[in-house]
Amino acid sequence: MFWINAKRIIKSGFVSFWRNGFVSLASVLVMTLTLFVIGSLLFIGAIFDASLTQLKDKVDVNVYFVTTAPEGDIFSLKTALEGLPEVSEVTYTSREEALIKFRKRHENDQLTLQALEELDENPLGASLSVKARETSQYESIATFLQGGEYLAGGTTPIVDKINFFQNKVAIDKLTQIINSSEQFGLVITVFLVLASVLITFNTIRLAIYTAREEISVMRLVGASNQYIRGPFVFEGIIYGIVSAVITLVVFYPITFWLGPTTETFFGEINIFTYYTENFGQVFAIIVGLGVVLGALSSWLAVKRYLKV
Amino acid sequence: MIHFDRVSKIYNGGAAALQDISLSIKPNEFVSIVGHSGAGKTTLLKMLLAEDKPTKGSVFFESTDVHSLEKHLLNQYRRRIGTVFQDFRLLPNKTTYENIAFAMEAAGRLDDEIESDVPHVLELVDLSDKIWNFPDELSGGEKQRVAIARAIVNQPDVVIADEPTGNLDPINTFEVVQILKKINDLGTTVLLTTHNKGVIDSLGRRVITLDNGKVVRDDKSGRYVL
Repeated sequence: MFWINAKRIIKSGFVSFWRNGFVSLASVLVMTLTLFVIGSLLFIGAIFDASLTQLKDKVDVNVYFVTTAPEGDIFSLKTALEGLPEVSEVTYTSREEALIKFRKRHENDQLTLQALEELDENPLGASLSVKARETSQYESIATFLQGGEYLAGGTTPIVDKINFFQNKVAIDKLTQIINSSEQFGLVITVFLVLASVLITFNTIRLAIYTAREEISVMRLVGASNQYIRGPFVFEGIIYGIVSAVITLVVFYPITFWLGPTTETFFGEINIFTYYTENFGQVFAIIVGLGVVLGALSSWLAVKRYLKV
Repeated sequence: MIHFDRVSKIYNGGAAALQDISLSIKPNEFVSIVGHSGAGKTTLLKMLLAEDKPTKGSVFFESTDVHSLEKHLLNQYRRRIGTVFQDFRLLPNKTTYENIAFAMEAAGRLDDEIESDVPHVLELVDLSDKIWNFPDELSGGEKQRVAIARAIVNQPDVVIADEPTGNLDPINTFEVVQILKKINDLGTTVLLTTHNKGVIDSLGRRVITLDNGKVVRDDKSGRYVL
């Protein structure tokens, strides 16, 4: 009996989807819009994440050492820094490397290079570039460096300067921007998702409102609640699947067109590559949401008319 | 078979639609219920269908109190009653065949039963040629005959017809009444409400007259008296 009923429900859902063509079209369009909004948020989120990571990656704290600092001391400081939970990466630049970089940077500046030649020895000190896991953690790393004997204590201080204190304002500002943009993004996402879900729900409710007489007739001929609800829920699922497929198809040319733009604008992330590489995930999210949204909306809408 | 035991229905505004109604209907009776609009005819039928609960009293079908039935038993109970309304209440997006098949599917009948019974019942109401038409494409009389076919296809114990001829011309009215008589002759209890004096007088069966929610007459072989 279960299979007979399931077969009848599915058949009746398809027939009703087809015969109520206009209502189906309207519901599918509204739901497509909803899924499109949700999908776009997915892409925007990915772009946002990628550019934030990139931005965070650019922030670091450099510890410059005096030219006489012995390498052994520098390495022990490096090890100490690497032991800190906040630190993700420490890169050592030796005096020689610093000189090569300096020459490279000033290769068009003869005057500076000549001045460099005048000097007997390499005037540049070694440095450590420290990367924190979160931008907000640079302060405590700086405090650690400042508080330790490396900067002021010991017999001879080996640290020349720490550039955190010059960059402090910029780093603080960036931390603030990152935090607030993450919060703002979340609020906007929740708001848009909520609004579009409500619109879809309402559309399907209106579609079923037109069928309330039918539902009362079905009850009167003794159909069980599941048997009445079934075709409507199945129709909702069809709306979901059709809308999801339309959305996914529409995203293809749009991301293709936007891909190069996003790449030049945000760097690294190409929205088209992101879409094709994560297609499985995007597919699952969009189709899953469509099906859940369609089924749930229909289920709730029919529920109203099933009360005896 | 059907027993109303001191049933009263008072709607929220305080208006009494039914007052202390007691009556019994035996199997295979053909009972007409007459009365002015608002006399309580439709409310009485709603009580029997358990569409609405009585404020006081109870309604029995055989020996069960229909208002104490569980939901799934209520659906089974409703399948034992076929209903026909003044406004037909067909499913507009289904063909004649599907409208009747739907009632059978709801009752859990098998596909081959449906395939053989639907044409058969349409023959009974003389609509075999309209089997694939939608309700929009049928006349009022034809729609009502589809509704009757739907009501009887599950071989119910009782057929309730709530002013089935209200929207029909005299010829279609006559046909519908003939079909109802035929159903009754085949062994089904029929409950008919109507305004139509001619119908009642031609039937010559039991007539219950309602006025202001009370039974004012109950005649074995009645005429339309108001």
